[in-house]
Amino acid sequence: MDQLDEQERAGARDDGPGGRGTELPRPRHDGAAQPLPGAAGIYLEVQRSPAFQEVRRRYRRFVFPATLAFLAWYLAYVVAATAAPGLMARPVAGAVNVAMVAGLGQFLTTFVLTWAYARHARLRRDRAALELRWDTQQMTRGAGQW
Amino acid sequence: MVTGDHQTLALVLFSAFVAVTLGITTWVSRNRHGSAEEFYAGGRLFSPMENGFAIAGDYMSAASFLGISGLIALYGYDGMLYSVGFLVAWLVVLLLVAELVRNCGRFTLADVVAARMAERPVRIAAGTSSVAVSVLYLVAQMVGAGSLVALLLGGTGEAARTWTVIGVGALMVIYVSLGGMRATTWIQIVKAVLLMAGTIALTVLVLIRFHGDVNSLLSTAAERSGHGTAFLGPGLRYGGDWTARLDFISLGLALVLGTAGLPHILSRFYTVPTARAARRSVVWSIGLIGGFYLMTIVLGFGAAALIGSAEVRASNASGNTAVPLLALDLGGGAGSTGGTVLFAVVAAVAFATILAVVAGITLASSASVAHDLYASLRRPGRKGYGEVAVARVAAAVIGAVAIGLGLLASDLNVAFLVGLAFAVAASANLPVLLYSLFWRRFTTRGAVWSVYGGLVPAVLLVLLSPVVSGSPEALFPGLDLQVFPLQNPGLVSIPLGFLAGWLGTVTSPEPPDEARHAETEVRALTGAGAA
Repeated sequence: MDQLDEQERAGARDDGPGGRGTELPRPRHDGAAQPLPGAAGIYLEVQRSPAFQEVRRRYRRFVFPATLAFLAWYLAYVVAATAAPGLMARPVAGAVNVAMVAGLGQFLTTFVLTWAYARHARLRRDRAALELRWDTQQMTRGAGQW
Repeated sequence: MVTGDHQTLALVLFSAFVAVTLGITTWVSRNRHGSAEEFYAGGRLFSPMENGFAIAGDYMSAASFLGISGLIALYGYDGMLYSVGFLVAWLVVLLLVAELVRNCGRFTLADVVAARMAERPVRIAAGTSSVAVSVLYLVAQMVGAGSLVALLLGGTGEAARTWTVIGVGALMVIYVSLGGMRATTWIQIVKAVLLMAGTIALTVLVLIRFHGDVNSLLSTAAERSGHGTAFLGPGLRYGGDWTARLDFISLGLALVLGTAGLPHILSRFYTVPTARAARRSVVWSIGLIGGFYLMTIVLGFGAAALIGSAEVRASNASGNTAVPLLALDLGGGAGSTGGTVLFAVVAAVAFATILAVVAGITLASSASVAHDLYASLRRPGRKGYGEVAVARVAAAVIGAVAIGLGLLASDLNVAFLVGLAFAVAASANLPVLLYSLFWRRFTTRGAVWSVYGGLVPAVLLVLLSPVVSGSPEALFPGLDLQVFPLQNPGLVSIPLGFLAGWLGTVTSPEPPDEARHAETEVRALTGAGAA
């Protein structure tokens, strides 16, 4: 874990000029409004590129259904607890009843979904996103944005 | 239940915590540069694990530690519903918010929205709602601090309460304005470790009492609660008429959607170098927070089983003393050394918890004031003060306001204030954030409308609710303005926030800015040009 953390920090430092640091001019945040037409064109170009579309598709394909699923499951749980206490009070084993199982189920699904998302992002998205990041930064630098 | 020994030991432990954290504050600020990067984001070089602990320390308040266990000890299963809501909310943060916000913004929520909109109106709107949420949350913590002292140290007198609120406020202003994000983060990390260690110790002791048999823990709890098996199912607290049930659904909605709009949580993602690190810090914090809430369930049922609901209620009507009483019992009972030590540890951990949470919120709201409001509202052309200097002053002013309001509102219910802060965050901050990140056609008017369209109804509905007037427990029992039946406005105001954002966008005269949307989207998903 520590080793990975080190990589993370080193990665940040390796961004070089423009990636971080406050001393460089930053048109957007200094209130000087519009980016240069060149830079704006680059972002549109990257947005339309197949590589970016693929990264976005992978992200949305995982995140949207997963969000709908866990919100539905949580709302079902809250509504069942308030509207159907009889159902929730049914015993399952010993002192454990349906409500207890459902509550612990919420904890379990949260942990599982967290793990699944982190894994999906690491294996399916991180590398492609990083490459796009370098390419985009190279292009914007070339356009004189930074 | 309280003797001189408890008080002395608790005070010693708490003073040690204050000394250590003040030491940290001085040490980390010894050669600080005074840049905005340093003050608001701690230089952005925390590791995911450090930030994960700090997020957990920012989020787990004394209200959860004492309040939720107490609710479970009194009402059984219904208390558990809170734990579930507080945890599931983190999935919204992890999946939809953390990485994208890290990539798009610099210090605040308004940064993300302003990146693709007309900067000034959007910053003023988002800055205002961020400050509103923070102040509500801050008052809740200050009121909590006052009651906690009265509760744990027996100093039920007004003076002890007043001085505690002033003391907590003064300490947090010192931490924040001298140490900025770096000191705040370390205080939160220390607090998270202490809180987890204390909770683990108590949980293990409870489980040892029952020889690891959860079934016998639950049945003993049900037996000694006086409610029988009904104690293990929902309905004891929120099972009344339909208004009460709807109120609970409203609260559940606010809890799960509010976390992702809390300014002090969002600002934590800026303290790590990359979006990947932000994701991994959320994974750490979900592990810590989930573990913590699972343990509060054991502590709650443990208190019911070992102390009994009646005795918990006799000590404090809302159950806040359940965990301290449990600690006393687990250590060997009143008067024993073990009991004294455990009780003092619980009291000190609870104080540390309040200090850390309060420092985090103060820092986030001072960032909103200086970075969003001051920068947008000051007259252009005039020479202004440096942003960090403004932020330091803002921290002191917000501290003073929070002390004042905390003293005025000392009789308000803490859980209600927290629920309200979550409802306002979910109605005013979450819609604008999600629309900016995911909706191509979103416009400046949509952004401004969605902030005010969530903020104004949320606040108005509370003013017209039974909390403020028209019921015997209301803030102004003599008055009757009550029109809205629910205590928590979330069920109505959250959809209104989303609706207003949509309405503002489709009625916009100006078309959305394609190029700046492209920039936001590319930056959000790849991290190109991230601060």
